[in-house]
Amino acid sequence: MEPIYLTFVFILAIFLGFELISKVPSTLHTPLMSGSNAISGITLIGAIASLQSDNHSFATVLGTIAVAFATINVVGGYMVTNRMLEMFKKKEKNEGDFQ
Amino acid sequence: MNPLIINFTYVVSAVLFIFGLKMLSSPATARQGNLLSSLGMLIAIIVTMLNAGLDYKWIFLGIVIGSGLGAIVALRVKMTAMPEMVALFNGFGGISSLLLAWAEYHQNRELSVFIALVAFLSAFIGGMTFSGSMIAFGKLSGKVTQKAVVFKGQHVINAAFLVLALLAAAVFCVTPASDFGYVVFVLILLVALGFGITSTIPIGGADMPVVISLLNSYSGLAACAAGFVISNNILIVAGALVGASGIILTNIMCKAMNRSLANVLFSGFGSTIAQEAGAGPQGEVRTASAEDVYYILEAADSVTFVPGYGLAVAQAQHAVKELGDLLEANDTEVSYAIHPVAGRMPGHMNVLLAEANVPYDQLVEMDEINPRMESVDVCVVIGANDVVNPAALDDESSPIYGMPIIETHRAKTVIVLKRSMNPGFAGIQNALFFAENARMYFGDAKASIQALVTEFKND
Repeated sequence: MEPIYLTFVFILAIFLGFELISKVPSTLHTPLMSGSNAISGITLIGAIASLQSDNHSFATVLGTIAVAFATINVVGGYMVTNRMLEMFKKKEKNEGDFQ
Repeated sequence: MNPLIINFTYVVSAVLFIFGLKMLSSPATARQGNLLSSLGMLIAIIVTMLNAGLDYKWIFLGIVIGSGLGAIVALRVKMTAMPEMVALFNGFGGISSLLLAWAEYHQNRELSVFIALVAFLSAFIGGMTFSGSMIAFGKLSGKVTQKAVVFKGQHVINAAFLVLALLAAAVFCVTPASDFGYVVFVLILLVALGFGITSTIPIGGADMPVVISLLNSYSGLAACAAGFVISNNILIVAGALVGASGIILTNIMCKAMNRSLANVLFSGFGSTIAQEAGAGPQGEVRTASAEDVYYILEAADSVTFVPGYGLAVAQAQHAVKELGDLLEANDTEVSYAIHPVAGRMPGHMNVLLAEANVPYDQLVEMDEINPRMESVDVCVVIGANDVVNPAALDDESSPIYGMPIIETHRAKTVIVLKRSMNPGFAGIQNALFFAENARMYFGDAKASIQALVTEFKND
């Protein structure tokens, strides 16, 4: 794939990101950040694909560590975001029903 | 599996990420949005595993270790420690982009100029994100001093690192395949790590919301650059979304402090100003006991709590919620006014109050509460200082002049919970404490609030 095409995708995604994120209320900025931690773990995809079975040994070490770090972000990021968002509740009359 | 099908599935993942972020626009749909986004990630991971010729034992080893550590951190982290965790994860995002670029380069050194350039960006941004985030993590968790560390020649060293990196990048782009090129690449990694440290260490604790947002953005951009290296659209799209998110948050935080990004990054705010402290408003301080405060609150029709970092430090969010409930039972209207930079990361206070079961419709933003501040009977300021300092409005010589604040001094009565009369992060005395309508209620925030709860219950 050629650079121009990739740059095109990149620019459009940046604009889309600005549109989407500017609508997130300030109440949810912390979950937004931990959620984007999870999304930035997308390098996991690249790290997995880099671990070819005909690799040099050192590249395998690098790839495996990259997989581990990226997975921490993906798993930890989504889990902690879910944990946080569970706590955001509307006001209810009888709070007991809610737990 | 056919690469065409794999790439098509990535499109589906990208759509799920986008919908996930879209649903984050309301607390009511946010949780489903996060689940949708994680579904997109799961699909992308599974379909990537179907690539031909993968070395599964190493992949599974990495995934098992990462999942275990990630789950432990996510389940154990306290809500008051969210800034540390986000800082840590920013760093992990950066280092995985660096490692990915390195692994790709190590396997195939014949890079075109363009690919060499993006490999440099991925490694450099990833490296500085990692080391910078580790410093931010250290500062937030108290392992490194929260003060701005300023040393002589700081700007010179930072500039030297940048020039060195650009020169190395130029050399690397010309001869990536040679052994010399490989040495230069490793040098780039070291420079990136060094630059991350020297550029983050001069930034003080209360400026951390800006730094974390910025590093968040970098971690996305590093993933983006890695996407260019391996020509993978899903990395580019997801990285760009994260990058954009970080930039917007950085901008919001800077505006909320009325400072430019350059000023936050380079001025060493909080180290220079502190030396000038001592001057400023003086006068008589009116202190109040738990009983006095109880009578004021008991008689109020509307009470607005204004939380700051001190609330998080004292872990007082549950006690505040209990007091809020007692006030509501007493037919008092309760709300919580939150300044955008209160705490150590964007939205920090909102999460703490949500943890204590405060419904999100009681949380009001600064711009919403200020116009009707005169009608508020009592403002209770808990562990906040600079964000309620009226000097920001009327004292042109003040370092925080021009910063938007929650104008609690215009409420009928202000009760300020504070440990002592020590000035806040910016090192400036607060005229609010000497105002006629202000009462200082000294002590640990949590213990002070609990004392009020006891007063209410005994009544």
